[in-house]
Amino acid sequence: MENKKSQRAPVSQKPHVVEKPTRVGTIGGKVSIEINEKKVSVPLGTTILEACRDNHIHIPTLCHHDDLCIAGVCRLCLVEVEGMRTLQASCAFPITSSLKIKTSTPMVRKARRHIIDLMLSEHYGECYSCVRNNNCELQSLAKEYGVDHYTFGHVKESIYPVDNSSYSVIRDMDKCILCKRCVRTCIDLQEVGVLEAINRGDKTKIATFRDKPLADVVCINCGQCINRCPTGALHANDPSDDIWNAIDDPDKHVVIQTAPSPRAAIGEEFGLEPGHSMTQEMNTALRRIGFDAVFDTNFTADLTIIEEGTELISRLFKALVEKDESVKLPQFTSCSPGWVKYIEHFYPDYLDNLSSAKSPQQMFGALIKTFYAQKIKIDPENIVSVAVMPCSAKKFECNRPEMWDSGFKDVDYGLTTREMAKMIKEAGIHLPEMPKSHFDSPFGDASGAGLIFGATGGVMEAAIRTVVEFVTGSKTEDVFENANVQQVRGFEGIKYFEIPIGDKVGPVPELIQHLIPNWDWLKGAVLKVAVCHGTANAKKVMDDIKAGGKFSECHFIEFMACPGGCLGGGGQPIPTNEEIRMKRAQAIYAEDESLEIRKSHENSHVIKLYEEFLKDGPSGHLSHKLLHTGYTKRGKYIA
Amino acid sequence: MVTTKIKREGAVLFSEYYRGDGIRKAFTMSRQDILAEIKESKLKGRGGAGFPTATKWMLTAAAKSDVKYVICNADEGEPGTFKDRVLLLEYPEVVFDGMVIGGYTIGAKEGIVYLRGEYSYMYEWLQVYLEEMRKENLLGKNILDSGVDFDITIKMGSGAYVCGEETALIESLEGHRGEARNRPPFPVSTGYKQKPTTVNNVETFAAVAHIVMKGGDWYKQHGTDKSTGSKLFSVSGDCKNPGVYELPWGTSINELLEIVGAENTKAVQVGGASGVCLPKSQFDRTLGYEDLPTGGSIMIFNENRNMLKVLKNFMEFFVEESCGQCTPCRIGNTKLLEGVEMIGRGAFTFGYINKLKELGQTMQVSSKCGLGQSSPNSFISILNNFKDEIFNNGFGGRNGK
Repeated sequence: MENKKSQRAPVSQKPHVVEKPTRVGTIGGKVSIEINEKKVSVPLGTTILEACRDNHIHIPTLCHHDDLCIAGVCRLCLVEVEGMRTLQASCAFPITSSLKIKTSTPMVRKARRHIIDLMLSEHYGECYSCVRNNNCELQSLAKEYGVDHYTFGHVKESIYPVDNSSYSVIRDMDKCILCKRCVRTCIDLQEVGVLEAINRGDKTKIATFRDKPLADVVCINCGQCINRCPTGALHANDPSDDIWNAIDDPDKHVVIQTAPSPRAAIGEEFGLEPGHSMTQEMNTALRRIGFDAVFDTNFTADLTIIEEGTELISRLFKALVEKDESVKLPQFTSCSPGWVKYIEHFYPDYLDNLSSAKSPQQMFGALIKTFYAQKIKIDPENIVSVAVMPCSAKKFECNRPEMWDSGFKDVDYGLTTREMAKMIKEAGIHLPEMPKSHFDSPFGDASGAGLIFGATGGVMEAAIRTVVEFVTGSKTEDVFENANVQQVRGFEGIKYFEIPIGDKVGPVPELIQHLIPNWDWLKGAVLKVAVCHGTANAKKVMDDIKAGGKFSECHFIEFMACPGGCLGGGGQPIPTNEEIRMKRAQAIYAEDESLEIRKSHENSHVIKLYEEFLKDGPSGHLSHKLLHTGYTKRGKYIA
Repeated sequence: MVTTKIKREGAVLFSEYYRGDGIRKAFTMSRQDILAEIKESKLKGRGGAGFPTATKWMLTAAAKSDVKYVICNADEGEPGTFKDRVLLLEYPEVVFDGMVIGGYTIGAKEGIVYLRGEYSYMYEWLQVYLEEMRKENLLGKNILDSGVDFDITIKMGSGAYVCGEETALIESLEGHRGEARNRPPFPVSTGYKQKPTTVNNVETFAAVAHIVMKGGDWYKQHGTDKSTGSKLFSVSGDCKNPGVYELPWGTSINELLEIVGAENTKAVQVGGASGVCLPKSQFDRTLGYEDLPTGGSIMIFNENRNMLKVLKNFMEFFVEESCGQCTPCRIGNTKLLEGVEMIGRGAFTFGYINKLKELGQTMQVSSKCGLGQSSPNSFISILNNFKDEIFNNGFGGRNGK
């Protein structure tokens, strides 16, 4: 992980590359230092901050974030180092020799208090009207340092107008304290590069290209900046007032679909440790709030696997058997709306590689206002369709003009996990106390394959579970222990995996018999797949494909815009870091293992949908109308 | 071509020197000998911070890397400094020879002059000069058949004061925002393009060329024990003969004032906007690392000047020129300027002004780079040294009298 971190850092801020330990006082790559007169031994190159944390000494930080490269700009983590005239930023100081460090001297305390006072003097707004009230790092620091008045005054008037041009991310620069976490997130972590500091001195501010509204630049709406903003300067575009209005309107039938990741994280908003799944408690809570039906997005995740898997098989068949050169491979997943917008902006020539299958959210939206509306006999006009997602980009996605295939806006509102938690709290419900209940018919419960969509590698694993059985005719469990495809799990940035098909192929399942005659053409083939998460890794894969490298020979690649996949999405509870994402992933995989149905094609409700509604099967006419879409070549230059 | 008259040519920097002399001599010496000679001379960086040049060069020379850089800091942004301009225009031979010697000593093949944006008028002329050096085989491949390769390019700054700070300068060279880096790592190990880099002031290179020619012992004869050699001073303000002066270290303010013909002097700002402001009672102090270290800016204010206005001017400068990345410097300077304005209006309390002084002390130790660490100097020194004038001169507010 250390290594990856340094690769992400901008050239200018790479952590000190420590060469061989040759100095006196270092034994076996360790160096003994003194922190607050206590002798400790730390690995060479450890920062003072890490050394202090390892020794249970709390140092306040603001610009520092575990996911990001070092900035050293807020100057809160200052400590005294013996022999140095000035205080040192502990987050940015690598220990390479014996140091004597003091973390709480009068000078240190006074400097920290001064810095908090200075930040507060330019931080416009009141805590109680802030979206981050009670979850704000600046607020916590003010409390920690006993700030009871504004020593250096307080800005009384708003300076910057709020930029609410984006469907996804709202920027309120009056609250910005210039820690540059968003800049480092956007440039270094995601390599999108929408945000950067402009001007200097007291006119410094974080801005987009030529200070345009966020909607008019190449922002992919991933919302990772929101997750790392210490204050309320960045937040998601919250539609909950409109949703309350719909709920309160007796003429409206309000339904909600819940994605796999919010349930694995929403407990954090209610004080639970990360890693507690709240699926069934949330179902009850949502009904009590007033939603008329609660559906599981995993159902359409299963549907996505069938549609996207069928598309992949068709592409392979056309390319390998029919030698159709217009078919583009590898096929890219298209369920991450951040990734979709990223490729539209940065690699528009590769849009034909994107699966035309919609994301599970949008598939569900199209089905709710067609299939479901017919079934319950309600005018789709009166159905309000809400989606609770771990994602801020989903808000943009549901507002795409092409997402009206049902004849109505397929999904009316995208709601983040945070906003959902807020609505639940507003309704006076403490989620962990809720009794458990199941999802509603006619979509019912989904498979574990749909559930693991929430973690990076999940879509791939779900696809593998189905494709292996479709093609070889044998059980996935015979190939992968307990049907767990460990090779595509985990948080490694880019994963590559080969699946040999072997000589034994099965019969073509009924569901796709209209597309291919047999599997003989796949005998002995090796299916090459890759998984990557975070657009910085996506960029590496795309550049490799452009250069004709290893990934250009893949057949199927899963891309997720956010680090860790959806569970690390821009709509998830704050804070986030690798440890928290790991725990959410564990919750998701544990729930998957507990389910009886763990493969998309074994989801009887999906099969029933093809029998009752999408009668011409996967990739058929109706499924193409409702479940597939097209993309826009956006490019990087926007007028 | 703008020419500037040197008001006083001292015995060190203006001693006899012809283009290429230092290079020829250096190539007869080993790198170790050159480093030893510089160490012997006790030369300290002439930009203002006063870091021992020998140490910097030794560290860069010792760093393991195929590629190293020598950078000449000609950003000269400190208000009241104009000596580097004169050196480059009238004595480019010592500066560029010093850079070649530096390249040879630390093992760099590339030298870069980071030229202040406002000096763009001398760009063409300097290029012509470098071309002449190339023709004489003093630059380029296999200099004077010694096997040493070294060439110099000139890159223009864009007018940001902070880019005189060496790591911000490197950032700017790399095409990034001019913002100081975290130190450590220092440029000597991780500098331009992450390679070992030595960044020296124009005047330092000039001194090196002379030291190589005449020896560390000779250099040490000038100046004082801890501040060896001489210094170029950019003298401006209320005096008869403003201009560039070479004076040995150890000269007192009084002596300097006499040399430049200053009368009725009330205050002397030593070290530019980031320096300290001395009242009459301290004019016996001496220029040098023992007492008043400086990059050479001397501003003289006579009895007619309003010190509060002087201070306001400095603070406005810092508010604008802070790079804006670290909190204490970005907001701190704004608060100090607000304090100055409050005094000007008479709407202040001594309690608050004292709080601002404390804030200034915090900025001195908590800012990320030298800019924020030194910007409160004039605030603190002017308010302390001229409190009678500032607070008892009709400006007093509620508690001001």
